[in-house]
Amino acid sequence: MRRNLNYGFLLGGMNMDEKKLINEKNIRLDGRKLGELRPIKIEAGVLNRADGSAYIEWGGNKVLAAVYGPIEAKPRHIQNPTKAIIDCRYNMAAFSVGERKRPGPGRRSIEISKVMSEALEYVVFTEKFPRAKIDVYIEVLQASAGTRCAGLTAASVALADAGIPMIDLLPACAVGKVEGQVVLDLDKEEDNFGEADIPLSVVPRTNEIVLLQMDGQLTIKEFEKCMEMGMNACKDIYELQKAALKERYAVFTEE
Amino acid sequence: MGEVVVLEIVRDHIHRLADHGKRIDGRGFDEVRPISIEKGLIGTAEGSARVKLGKTDVLVGVKVDIGEPFSDRPKDGVLLTGAELKPMASPEFEPGPPRPNAIELARVVDRGIRESKMFALEKLCIDPGKKVWMVFVDVQVIDFDGNLFDASSMAALAALTTTTVNASKFDQGEDFPLPIDHYPASCTIVKIGDVLMVDPSLQEEQVANARLTVSMDEASNIRAMQKGFKGAFTYDELMECMKKVQVITKDIRKKVLG
Repeated sequence: MRRNLNYGFLLGGMNMDEKKLINEKNIRLDGRKLGELRPIKIEAGVLNRADGSAYIEWGGNKVLAAVYGPIEAKPRHIQNPTKAIIDCRYNMAAFSVGERKRPGPGRRSIEISKVMSEALEYVVFTEKFPRAKIDVYIEVLQASAGTRCAGLTAASVALADAGIPMIDLLPACAVGKVEGQVVLDLDKEEDNFGEADIPLSVVPRTNEIVLLQMDGQLTIKEFEKCMEMGMNACKDIYELQKAALKERYAVFTEE
Repeated sequence: MGEVVVLEIVRDHIHRLADHGKRIDGRGFDEVRPISIEKGLIGTAEGSARVKLGKTDVLVGVKVDIGEPFSDRPKDGVLLTGAELKPMASPEFEPGPPRPNAIELARVVDRGIRESKMFALEKLCIDPGKKVWMVFVDVQVIDFDGNLFDASSMAALAALTTTTVNASKFDQGEDFPLPIDHYPASCTIVKIGDVLMVDPSLQEEQVANARLTVSMDEASNIRAMQKGFKGAFTYDELMECMKKVQVITKDIRKKVLG
């Protein structure tokens, strides 16, 4: 499907024609069903210095999210007198992919940071912090397709861990088309050789979509199916996010 | 502060108009601004087009060169898309390296071309692993009045469909037209209050809650999508957008290729 130039290094010399990604029983290469997520583990409050943080392992992805703020936005001309700015920085570590990634923000990272910032701004009550800035740092330590969804999922847990008031958490996941079938949460090979990929994020409480991108090829019917599958999956991820926060903050007292 | 206040007044005005089924420039919700296209105006480029979409004015130039393929795709030509928001186009644009807005624009235009497989990159191979044709698509924004995504995609479509690969210059045989297989067109829709509006002007973009850009090919397959801005869409709104995009991209394609 895609030949995103920045993604070139993810290819491992596989020959597409020899391998089938989904077998006749609708089981995928890694043993998952079409609508099944990879294993996800979320932990809240993993860093000392940050105001809030979270760590997520999602299939082969390992991603850290840290939140600093709200603090006064500087320089002053970037301040918004009516609300806080959310500045999300998505970054991939040089060693997070097969072939070393040149450090620093490339065009892909900048775009992802932008759409993530926009998504997070919708759920944070930014009007409670005029002139302030909230920094969200997302560091991908190990990448295996779906890093922006893993990152965003961790980011909203980190924001909650920082005690920042929000409408809701923000679970995210990818849906796509592989060998003509709609599948959930594409892994690396499916991402490379599938026909379409849609990262999306949903506000669970209202079912509104705040992050949506797509590349590949889909009919409108297939897109509908993708959205239904993705929106449902977000609900499952939401439960994991809540569980992570409970794990961190629940206090058990003896009667 | 002053600008914020003015924006709030404009916001109220646009919202109130929307409640009455109107837009600030008198268009219908599904009405695209007038499009004018001039092709091949830059002699030094292998393909070029200038698109005016209302008062938005965008120039796309295509340069073709010979270079090395990417190591993971030794048999494919290379497509590179860039976009610059030059200070001449708007008082908000500043000189310097591309900022997130310009990068997003370039990447959305790029995805429309790439994902639709507009031209087969494997046809642009000269010597596998060593020499391929590289197609550079550069977007230059000349005047900014909103909806750069669609204006730039139209200009890219017009420029690429009129691009001649200058093979003779490189001793690679005769010049040939860039082999085009598909014709992607994009449509951008903003949500203002509960209303969906096609082809937003600058003022509408500034007050919009959310934005969705969808690229479709000539068979109305969805090829690329980008949601933007700080608001949200519901599932039903997304599906309504798809219906609109289907109709509008057909029109746009006809106008651009026409």
